[in-house]
Amino acid sequence: MFKIIQGTIDVGRVTAAVAHPAAGAIATFLGTTRNHNDGRNVSTLEYEAYPEMAISEMRKIGDAIRDRWPVHGVAMTHRIGIVPIGEASVAIAVSSAHRSAAFEACHFAIDRLKEVVPIWKKEHFDGGEVWIGSQTGTVFPPGEGQPRR
Amino acid sequence: MIRIRVLFFASLREKARTRECEQELEDGQNIRALWHALLARYPAIEPLGASLSFAVNQEYADRDQILRDGDEVALIPPVSGGS
Repeated sequence: MFKIIQGTIDVGRVTAAVAHPAAGAIATFLGTTRNHNDGRNVSTLEYEAYPEMAISEMRKIGDAIRDRWPVHGVAMTHRIGIVPIGEASVAIAVSSAHRSAAFEACHFAIDRLKEVVPIWKKEHFDGGEVWIGSQTGTVFPPGEGQPRR
Repeated sequence: MIRIRVLFFASLREKARTRECEQELEDGQNIRALWHALLARYPAIEPLGASLSFAVNQEYADRDQILRDGDEVALIPPVSGGS
């Protein structure tokens, strides 16, 4: 199951998607919005996706996992739009007969997602906003309402 | 002539002030030629050029890839990092 959604991620649904009678382990990862980054106070994160390609790249990560580890199920759900502090922007679940494969594959999945899946993160912080991973940012000077670019 | 559907995302979308456009090119032109054509229309995107990736019909492609009529090309700024 590979999805891009708006609104709160149903983590139970992500784990249910990989449950399997022959699985002795389900490893899960949640990426959540952190209130600080690089010395800044973060007020929220905002995500944008190229949805059709994001899903196909997530599916390729699932294929890569199956090539490398004996897993039963792989599920990834990424949220787009505003993701408030503490809420999950991404949920990954992997099931396997034994836990080391599930742990390793889940770790690989999130690392790889951040390399290749076309989803972008905009950080809103005290004094401005910036696309993470990009060199350009917009800083709002104190007392002004309009961004200076 | 070939017609390409171009998609802009994230920082690039903000610089270009549009989510998508159509671009006409000569037959047999590649992604690099597309980029130069887009620069002429949207000069504000120029600073982002060095860090961009491209996708053609939802597959990553390099700048030498030859484009065909009806291709959908996405301009892909660096994807969200984090650790």
